[in-house]
Amino acid sequence: MVDSLVAAWELMVGGRGSLWPVVGLSLVVSATACLLAAAIGLVGGAALATVKFRGRRLVVALLNTLLALPPVVVGLAVYLLLSRSGPLGAWGILFTPQAMVIAQTVLVLPIVTALTRQLVADAMHGAGEQLRSMGAAPLHSAALLLVHERLSLVTVLLTAFGRAISEVGAVMIVGGNIDGVTRVMTTAIALETSKGDLPLALGLGIVLLGVVGIINLGIAGMQRLQSRHEGRAA
Amino acid sequence: MTASPAAPGAHAAQPLIELQAAGVAFGRTVALQPTDFQIRRGERVALIGANGSGKTTLLRLLHGQLEPTCGTRRAHADANGQPLRQAMLFQRPFLLRLSVWRNLQVALWLAGVPRGDWDQRGRHALERVGLAGLQRRPARVLSGGQQQRLALARAWAVRPQMLLLDEPTASLDPGGKHEVETLIDDFAREGMAVVMSTHNLGQAKRLSSRVVFLDAGRIACDLPTDGFFNQRLPEAAHHFVRGEAIWS
Repeated sequence: MVDSLVAAWELMVGGRGSLWPVVGLSLVVSATACLLAAAIGLVGGAALATVKFRGRRLVVALLNTLLALPPVVVGLAVYLLLSRSGPLGAWGILFTPQAMVIAQTVLVLPIVTALTRQLVADAMHGAGEQLRSMGAAPLHSAALLLVHERLSLVTVLLTAFGRAISEVGAVMIVGGNIDGVTRVMTTAIALETSKGDLPLALGLGIVLLGVVGIINLGIAGMQRLQSRHEGRAA
Repeated sequence: MTASPAAPGAHAAQPLIELQAAGVAFGRTVALQPTDFQIRRGERVALIGANGSGKTTLLRLLHGQLEPTCGTRRAHADANGQPLRQAMLFQRPFLLRLSVWRNLQVALWLAGVPRGDWDQRGRHALERVGLAGLQRRPARVLSGGQQQRLALARAWAVRPQMLLLDEPTASLDPGGKHEVETLIDDFAREGMAVVMSTHNLGQAKRLSSRVVFLDAGRIACDLPTDGFFNQRLPEAAHHFVRGEAIWS
């Protein structure tokens, strides 16, 4: 453990110059994936909560099932799509950060969509009738409740980011863990473990935990802000 | 729901809204039995009755939030052929986690008021309910009475001909209740039809000119306010009023 802490310290203070590019790529890939998932998932989740259509329950059940989507399955599916013989093979982006972004977007999209749907559906219980009485169509209600629940939605996005940055299976398959190109923290940890350099692997793990810890602090801050806001409103 | 244009000169005598044998059922549960009912311009109607008697269902049917499962609901257009403008207030108003001013703007946007009119209408509405100095405050930080006043401002800003209120003061302290009652009274004096469900017989006496008593989804009596409180009532209404009198 001491060796790991020393390794983590050395990594951070520049003992090995390759750490910060790896951390940077991890952050960029996961943040981009979360932004893409947010663009689709916030709108889709809110619409799913407010617009009634035949088969909505089935869609919601499917969405909730996808919450447990294994990263390796996502990686495999995206690999098959992007491989040279796959339908999107012409893009030529397999084993690039773009492929990793796509895989992580697919992975976190159900999380963003399902949690957004739940938040907006809960808000609709108290607000739906009143918004309708003011003339709001379902999509108006969806847009307004997204604004209304914006603090909780930041928590949703931070949760998705935590999921994205800590997964290894999908980015390993579609990124290939190429040094300096597609190596991120989780794939680096997997590599060092397989090489038997456990202190370095643990050191990387501690850095990753630090990043996730900062995200959790962000979530806690958001929740405190919201509870203070609600408390004053009560 | 159907909307009918008024014949020239006839609109003053025409009801704002008319139910003809209109009833509501949720599955096998009858919430409101087939009813003939009208609301006229400038009327002040109090709907009273026990919990589950159909007051809220009748309000929602009048508003158009519920479609009748039998009979018809007809909202009459005004002399210019404009459809009926109405607003509804609830016991606990839903306010967005935005400022007082933004909440008003959202109401004007949803009502289809031209953007150029928002500023003037919004300011006027806030002045009307005494919240002009609080427009930048987060709406959900306001007190219960202030929140209901903001909901009234939101309703008033869209210039409704009919205001429907579902127990608007049930969750307010006496001060808030007084503030809201005063505003409702003022709005009614301006000619707005007011239809209000309430458990508070004193409030019905103070604010209404007509009392409608509902019992088990049926309009058991519909009388001018003076008559309701001074003449012999059907048994269910008599018991209800006596029960209220014991506990008030």
